Amino acid sequence: MAIKVVHHGLATTVQDLGRPGYFHLGIPVGGAMDRYAMRAANLLVGNDEGAAGLEAVFMGPQLEFTADALVAVTGADMPVKIDGVDQPGWTALKVKAGQKLSFDFLNSGARICIAVSGGIDVPVALGSRSTYPIGALGGDKGRPIQAGDELPVGEGSLASEGRGVDPGLRRVPGKLAELRVLPGLYWHRLTEAAKETFFADEWKVANEADRMGYRFKGGRKLDLVEREQPFGAGSDPSNIVDSCYPYGSIQVPGGTEPIILHRDAVSGGGYFMVGTVIAADMDLIGQLQPHTPTRFVKVDMDQALAARADEAVRLERLRATLKS
Amino acid sequence: MGIRYSFGGDEHLFVECSEEMSLDAFFKSLSMTNGIRDSEIKGITEICPANASFQVKFDPDIIKPDDLLREVKSIEGAAAKSEPVIRTRIIEIPVLYNDPWTHETLMRFRERHQDPTSTDLEYAARINHHATVDDFIAAHAGSPWFVSMVGFVAGLPFMYQMVDRQRQIEVPKYLRPRTDTPKLTIGHGGCFGCIYSVRGAGGYQMFGVTPMPIFDPTQTTSYLRDFMVFFRPGDIVKFKPIDRPAYDQAVEEVDNGQFAPPIRDVSFDLREFSKDIDGYNAKLEGVLNGH
Repeated sequence: MAIKVVHHGLATTVQDLGRPGYFHLGIPVGGAMDRYAMRAANLLVGNDEGAAGLEAVFMGPQLEFTADALVAVTGADMPVKIDGVDQPGWTALKVKAGQKLSFDFLNSGARICIAVSGGIDVPVALGSRSTYPIGALGGDKGRPIQAGDELPVGEGSLASEGRGVDPGLRRVPGKLAELRVLPGLYWHRLTEAAKETFFADEWKVANEADRMGYRFKGGRKLDLVEREQPFGAGSDPSNIVDSCYPYGSIQVPGGTEPIILHRDAVSGGGYFMVGTVIAADMDLIGQLQPHTPTRFVKVDMDQALAARADEAVRLERLRATLKS
Repeated sequence: MGIRYSFGGDEHLFVECSEEMSLDAFFKSLSMTNGIRDSEIKGITEICPANASFQVKFDPDIIKPDDLLREVKSIEGAAAKSEPVIRTRIIEIPVLYNDPWTHETLMRFRERHQDPTSTDLEYAARINHHATVDDFIAAHAGSPWFVSMVGFVAGLPFMYQMVDRQRQIEVPKYLRPRTDTPKLTIGHGGCFGCIYSVRGAGGYQMFGVTPMPIFDPTQTTSYLRDFMVFFRPGDIVKFKPIDRPAYDQAVEEVDNGQFAPPIRDVSFDLREFSKDIDGYNAKLEGVLNGH
């Protein structure tokens, strides 16, 4: 069976849980920005958590099914329709051959995950079906989907229609986003005053926010401690000798606009980083719309690990409710 | 040279071997990453070497961050004693300097440049005290380069020229990064040369273009059938200036699967190199040319 792409939405890509192991060659892990939502969508339709689905941002695609299938849409709150009739999100839905899945305007969040029973069956590239558009790697022809594409779908079962995820197990961003950050990396390059304002100020998600990185505006400029630039770093005080960029690390070119690197990030470069968003909060970043007020919250390693453990418990509860 | 450790969130350990770039710092980083790979510490998921630093990605559910830090620090001493010698390969890469495509691109982004009235080559030649662009190109192609990091985007090599510091080319990055860079552009920023593996954004000064693909996700290029990425840290590159007819011919050879870059296996000894840089480079080039 296949899915015909009637309309591609906005930057809709095939994604799974990513392609670890090649970051040392500049090939990012990729995968769904909101991995929890992608796992949930897959579990709802009876797939492995790591099956490939579609990720759409801000605007959903319009898809026509060539055979009966089970679908689920998770992540952002974007009304789901089958042949124009409203359907619940976070729920296993039956779609019949010839029916169309479409979406209404986004209410909250930024990205939806669409899973279909059997998974999107594009070829595996370096261990993953995730699309890495800059490298023309993975996904369908290495690029976002386009109207007229036919996406192959694997064999799935049509059992368990109607199951849903408990609202308590869905995470949606609040009016003010809080991202927990472990200071580090080149944190010592900031002045004491800048170290305080970074966490005190309210920032806003900028328009330049995508799978590679999320830029923030609105906080005070971060001054750097004066020094003679090390050989090879470049002349701007925010330059360093090009090094690796951890996922979630926050670079601040020129000290003005922090950028959080995300799943399709460049693997390294020459800007200093002030710290790293903890792994437990990475999914949340992908659900932030431009202009969302955001605070960075300072945590230590113990708090980061506790948050990680909380996330693991939430995922286990999700599995327990959907695998039974 | 003090080594600095820091955590990048709960999944990365960041290790800076030196604040400034040097081959000593690169070799320190390389020997530590080799030591970490050999130690097979459980919970490490990726080791990413960079120019004068590196990053270890780990799973804190398997190894506690502090335990990982202790294990990596214990490798520091052993790495310091290891000999700065590597078995590697030297590759000759043809370059059409001052080509029409990077020239068109740099003119399109002139308002983002430090010196809008000259080209990237003219600017780089002047601030590096070369009398002419040709002199600058001769220096760029005259000595080999070390691949000290692979990354940024898929398969892009950062390269450090194997000359004494006085002769090292240094240029700033564009004032604001470009949104476009031709595929296979030869660039330079800070003290690093690079080859842009794919078309896209970039901030390095642009000097020319090579006909030789270095990343091919389709793996149809003859020398990329085994793996889609050409470069590895430690590779040595020697640029060979070519003219437009030679460039066009090389592109045709790439397209019909006949292009094969000259590649030779060599060993590199940092101590011997440091004693006589130009003499050592001449020997490396001799290997490349089959002497």
